[in-house]
Amino acid sequence: MNVKQGYFYTKDHEWVKIDAMTGKIGITDYAQHKLGDLTYVELPKIGKIVKQGEVLNGLESVKAASDVYAPLSGRVIKINTQLENEPGLINKSPYDDGWIAEIEIADENEIKNLMTADEYIKFLGESK
Amino acid sequence: MKTIFEKSIQGKRAVQFGKINNKIIKKIDEKFLRKTEIKLPEVSELDIIRHYINLSKLNFSVDTEFYPLGSCTMKYNPKICEKLAMQKEFLNLHPFLSYIDENTVQGALEIIYEISDLLCEITGMEKITTQPYAGAHGELTGVLLMAAYHKNKGNNKKFVIIPDSAHGTNPASAAMAGYSIISIPVDKDGNMDINILKEKINDEVAGIMMTVPSTLGLFENNIKEIIEIAHKYDALMYYDGANLNAILGKLKPGEIGFDIIHINLHKTFSTPHGGGGPGSGVIGVSKKLVDFLPVPIVIKENEKFKLDFNVKNTIGSVASFFGNFQVLLKAFIYIILLGKEGLIAVSEIAVLNANYILAKLKNFYDLPYNRKCMHEFVISAKKQLKNDIRAIDIAKYLIDNKIHPPTIYFPLVVEEAIMIEPTETESKQTLDEFIEIMVKIAELSEKDPDKIKQAPEKTPILRPDETKAARELKLKCDI
Repeated sequence: MNVKQGYFYTKDHEWVKIDAMTGKIGITDYAQHKLGDLTYVELPKIGKIVKQGEVLNGLESVKAASDVYAPLSGRVIKINTQLENEPGLINKSPYDDGWIAEIEIADENEIKNLMTADEYIKFLGESK
Repeated sequence: MKTIFEKSIQGKRAVQFGKINNKIIKKIDEKFLRKTEIKLPEVSELDIIRHYINLSKLNFSVDTEFYPLGSCTMKYNPKICEKLAMQKEFLNLHPFLSYIDENTVQGALEIIYEISDLLCEITGMEKITTQPYAGAHGELTGVLLMAAYHKNKGNNKKFVIIPDSAHGTNPASAAMAGYSIISIPVDKDGNMDINILKEKINDEVAGIMMTVPSTLGLFENNIKEIIEIAHKYDALMYYDGANLNAILGKLKPGEIGFDIIHINLHKTFSTPHGGGGPGSGVIGVSKKLVDFLPVPIVIKENEKFKLDFNVKNTIGSVASFFGNFQVLLKAFIYIILLGKEGLIAVSEIAVLNANYILAKLKNFYDLPYNRKCMHEFVISAKKQLKNDIRAIDIAKYLIDNKIHPPTIYFPLVVEEAIMIEPTETESKQTLDEFIEIMVKIAELSEKDPDKIKQAPEKTPILRPDETKAARELKLKCDI
């Protein structure tokens, strides 16, 4: 399972790529693999305020409907509208083209609650 | 098979209408008139009959084959319930009669009163509303009752706790009623993790929605302690009755402290379901919530049945009249038919049947929680996965063997989940045939996995591309 270095990870298999005070969010390769082919992405609204661990948006796959949880608190400033027509981007490129939203980070102290790539790899190993 | 629209030939008619009277059309407001011609299929009466008879031949139902769809309780519906309920004395009743003159419909009101009473006895609840049309509707009603209770007490509640082994609709119902969801994972034995519950529960929790037995088919061992914890925070206990078929005569949710229960009459009490039912999601409540029930409620006064609209803090009506009366009627007949001993036997045999299959399949499939199950159980296709055989492939292969696939990929906590619920109405012969096929699949996945991957081969359409079907919808008619 592919895990990208430099990103931060949650136990619910979301990633966040931090750039100054913004964070790009998506789901991990492990998560897309578990969900199977994505058929619909319910994008969050721009301006939505989320708290760490709260529901950011919803996803539907051939197997299930599930929620994406915000890895960090903040305000949604960008969304990947390409996913509206091409939900499969998450399957094809979970760490790049399949990003879901970008947030303005509200509290950088929360980063300590996240895992580094190496920690996430270890976490995946343990949860198997 | 072509759709009826594709069979349309211009000018063909099944019914000849007379000329349209322009005077009448003129009386209809412009805005209600169609601007374009309606594109109904143009076919003869015989075309219609053949089309739908042939379509009906493709039907798959409990009446034709084994249907072990976990969590759905696809038991056989005795035909006598159907026959009695279809008598013209019932069919021709209009529910509004009860509002005009109760005396004209005493029999029907008695049935509503009696089934409410019987369901109270079965579940240990104080009072019932028969209104909700189906399980999810019942859930929403139940959570609205929860909200009304807290509002009345001036409680500030924001959250509903739901274990991830609960029925899939619970979070949606709670969210629709305005609550945020706190999800609690299961522990290594498949019970709700009670330590995490203790950590997460707080004064803002409105209730806990539990499915007992859970969607893992396991009885919640800590249920009494969970109820105690909930009530300490004045959080109400909600019992999702989807799996009531496992506990008839063994456990009364009301007696151990549940405050709200919904009962899927179309599951446990053998009324038609699948393909739109109609269903019934009757709600039962504890004493605390009696004053909030929807109106009207059928009451008995001086040996006469009456409608009571005077419920102090009623949340209002959630459906017209009394819900699906015919469904209540069929469930009533079923309960009377079986009686107390019969209903207890229902659960005992349902649980026995599930455990029988489980014991026979245990060595061939991965069992995520090695416990005795209740009326259903969840196995995983994890072992088969190493040969690239997934739950969905097993499901497709079963279709070719004239068995409805079990529920797959649910609950989400089990990888490659296959949830099997045989119900009490299946014979040992049927169970053995099913076991034989499941064992064959396990063996094939080792020896000749491609054989499974090709299934189904004997169905009207072969293996559809499910992803493509979901991503690229094609509407075949345009009216």
